[in-house]
Amino acid sequence: MIRFLLLFSKQGKLRLQKWFTPLTDREKKKVIRDMMTIVLARTPRSCNFLQWRDLKIVYKRYASLYFCTGLEEQDNELLSLEVLHRFVELLDKYFGNVCELDIIFNFEKAYFILDEFLMGGEVLETSKVAVGVSLQEADELQETMEEYMSKPMY
Amino acid sequence: MSPSIPLQEMIRAIRSARTQCEERGVIQRECAVIRAQFRQSDNDGRSHNLAKLLYVHMLGYPAHFGQMECVRMIASPRYSEKRVGYLGAMMLLDEKQDASLLITNSIKNDLSHSSQYVQSLALCTLACIGSAEMCKDLAPEIEKLLRASNSYIKKKAALCAIHIVRKVPDLGELFARTARSLLAEKHHGVLHGAVVLITVLCECSPDTLERFRKTVPDLVRIMKSLVTSGYSPEHDVAGISDPFLQVRILRLLRILGRNNEAASDTMNDLLAQVATNTDSTKTVGNAVLYETVLTVLDIKSESGLRILAVNILGRFLLNNDRNIRYIAMTSLQKIVGTDNIAVQRHRGTIVDCLKDPDASVKRRALDLSLALASASNIRSMMKELLMFLSSCPPELRAETTSGIFYAAERYAPSQRWHIDTILHVLTTAGGDVRDETVPNLILLITNASELHCYTVHKLYRALLSDISQQPLVQVACWCIGEYGDLLLRGECREMEPVEVTADSVLEALETVLQSHMSTPTTRGFALTATMKLSTRIMDNVDRIKSIVSIYGSCIDVELQQRAVEYNALFKKYDHMRAAVLERMPVIDRNSPGHTNGDSMGGVIKELEVDKVKQRETLLPQLPANQVCDLLNLLGDSEESVPAGPAQGDTVPVQSITTAKPIGGELLDLLGGFEPTPLASGLSATPQIQRHLCQDAQRGSCFVRVIRMTLSACLYFIAPAVTVYEKNGVTLTLSCEKQSDSAVTVTLKGCNSSDSDVTSFALQAAVPKSVHLNMKAPSGDTLPAKGLAHVTQLVLLNNPNKVNLKMRIRISYSSQGSSVQDTVQIDSFPGLS
Repeated sequence: MIRFLLLFSKQGKLRLQKWFTPLTDREKKKVIRDMMTIVLARTPRSCNFLQWRDLKIVYKRYASLYFCTGLEEQDNELLSLEVLHRFVELLDKYFGNVCELDIIFNFEKAYFILDEFLMGGEVLETSKVAVGVSLQEADELQETMEEYMSKPMY
Repeated sequence: MSPSIPLQEMIRAIRSARTQCEERGVIQRECAVIRAQFRQSDNDGRSHNLAKLLYVHMLGYPAHFGQMECVRMIASPRYSEKRVGYLGAMMLLDEKQDASLLITNSIKNDLSHSSQYVQSLALCTLACIGSAEMCKDLAPEIEKLLRASNSYIKKKAALCAIHIVRKVPDLGELFARTARSLLAEKHHGVLHGAVVLITVLCECSPDTLERFRKTVPDLVRIMKSLVTSGYSPEHDVAGISDPFLQVRILRLLRILGRNNEAASDTMNDLLAQVATNTDSTKTVGNAVLYETVLTVLDIKSESGLRILAVNILGRFLLNNDRNIRYIAMTSLQKIVGTDNIAVQRHRGTIVDCLKDPDASVKRRALDLSLALASASNIRSMMKELLMFLSSCPPELRAETTSGIFYAAERYAPSQRWHIDTILHVLTTAGGDVRDETVPNLILLITNASELHCYTVHKLYRALLSDISQQPLVQVACWCIGEYGDLLLRGECREMEPVEVTADSVLEALETVLQSHMSTPTTRGFALTATMKLSTRIMDNVDRIKSIVSIYGSCIDVELQQRAVEYNALFKKYDHMRAAVLERMPVIDRNSPGHTNGDSMGGVIKELEVDKVKQRETLLPQLPANQVCDLLNLLGDSEESVPAGPAQGDTVPVQSITTAKPIGGELLDLLGGFEPTPLASGLSATPQIQRHLCQDAQRGSCFVRVIRMTLSACLYFIAPAVTVYEKNGVTLTLSCEKQSDSAVTVTLKGCNSSDSDVTSFALQAAVPKSVHLNMKAPSGDTLPAKGLAHVTQLVLLNNPNKVNLKMRIRISYSSQGSSVQDTVQIDSFPGLS
């Protein structure tokens, strides 16, 4: 199972954090700090996998954002690279040519997308289309209620 | 109260803050507004206030005052508020917080909401932060939802069930039947959830695993349809149809097929098909292949399939993509124990990966290379490893040196190679070796007696070129001290002869002593080595004396103590110097003292105080040697040595002597020396021995200490003579003259045959005028293969000074038969 998923920028600013195991605030901060230190120190052409404590860390850089996830011993690292890629594709589909600013200003939407794709540390829906459809329907449910959560904008 | 700004405004304001202080100011202002608004019960902008708070939380600022607001929002009827409320709950609450219990009821209500999106929010939150109690409460609801008709809800319920089972494994039973039926679904999301649920259920309980073995044919069918079916745009990733599902099915098959022949047979065809047909040009194809390989290697697959799997890993190793190489090595590491030969075939590629610039790949390659080292490839493997050591990243150095030492120890083709390898490592990475390396290396060197000359020459040269690597310098100093005479002789078979003068050696040692790079331990080694050379080199002893006396006023207490004692050795006890500093014996690797570092000082103190036990355990390991017989003599009497405090300077002797009369004669013997200075000399000598031993083997030279001390005290070494040898049983005799008429004879029996000897007894007869007093033997059993000896003392008093003869009858039982023999001893060794 995936233990956590972090998105952070090259400058070390956290953009999204999803934890699939209960950890105290202190522990979370420690993990974030460690991940940033280790991942940001890697050279561009390195391997995307590394070992940290008892977890396998898989990270991938997309433009200015690092997607970093921690896996358990049994998990398939190559597949988790695909999971990260699928998540980026979903974001891209939703926001239309997604960039870091989209995720900054619409962070709660990024979380909603993530919650349609992963749950409890496992992949929830393997079809790109299905995720997009359910997100759209949920948004419509909201739009009729509130003008705040309208279309994404800066 | 300032008006609240929309979320995006706030984000913009925070981002445009130029300093941390400014940012903090903006955030504090906003948090104050948010807090005020939370206190108001009815508010339109509640959801965006909470969203602002969540943003602030993500930046790392405290947001706990939003917890109650989350609980309130979750209970709200509006979807937007629920959505943000649940998001807030997932971010701010976790099972350790009390507030999480408050949302249990809301979740329960929402699980049966009419809108599937509200239900999904509840399911998601439960799967994220559900505590054990919440899970127990809500499990029946989830089970009901698993049987719902809505695929959207079913897939979410499946993953929620997984979380519940992980938290409370006992609840697995509840979901087992429904999980089985879910395998018939067409919807990929539900199927995926079902497969993962079954995996988790099997991992939790072996009984459930047995039950789910029946699903193997279903899984094989589903997998086959995925692999062979036509293009499905919805699930396709680079030509592979739903790789996520494929990988999960393969993983479940692995768990079900492990240790089970029948299940493994069912899967063989499928696995072969997937392994051969999957396109491996993209990562996604390799992900599926990787999982297939892991499955094949873990179940009871047929050998052809296994070979195919290892070949796939071999192909991975040659892939350009670093990620693929990394996981190939990880997988090979798992099977190197069982399929060693198969992995050995790829040794070349693995060793090449040591040169890869990537740190992760290097680490994996190192682990695997060390695992592949064997007696047949050790030479070439070690060459590669040593090359790697010279360029490896610092965090891997300690691991590499330990691995190299371990491999060298296990597979060294020759002692010279072994010593060369260790020396090479010390010169390259001396700072990263473990602490026990120095004593281990010294042990190795002393054991390779024919290589002493070569070793000392090599170390001398290494010392001349570089004195910064402390372990190397320590070993070099020790060797030069011990084998300095070989060094000065100049000739050496394995190396080109080099002229080495006493002066240059002393200069090298002085450089070490004075260098700022040398640690106190190293300086101690160097000082002791200088001292030892005083007996090995004939000229220039004055130089040594002057070096030693300088350190008599050194600030470092250890060095000062050593120097002062060595000085004393020069001045007052010059006659003992040769004996004290003679060459050390071959150290027995497995002697109890060997590995025991800190009892070093303890045992020496024991000469002055107590700690009798260590001596007792040490004594059986002593090499058969005349002086050791003497020690055994004393050793037998150790039980009754009082463990009292030191009684002044003569304690070393007195603690030995209080036990038995024989000890008393020992004292007489020593009484022959100058009485008063002897006391201090005796106490000094153990100290000197301590220094000598401390260096060599933090521990194993207790033996030598005792030996040397006593030989120095006793001032002679009497030989032991074998008087009887038959059937593997040997009897040795040694004697000491205690006074003009008294002689102590020590008889020692030893059994080198394969079977034990029992009822071992000795009887002695002497000429009429000689008084005979036989002491009790130490035992009557001689264990096989010389594990222990039996010692017996015979005290003879020969007042008339007749020619001393003795007849000894030996009787014992060996292999069921009893033996009786007589030997006549006409001449006693050591007696003129």
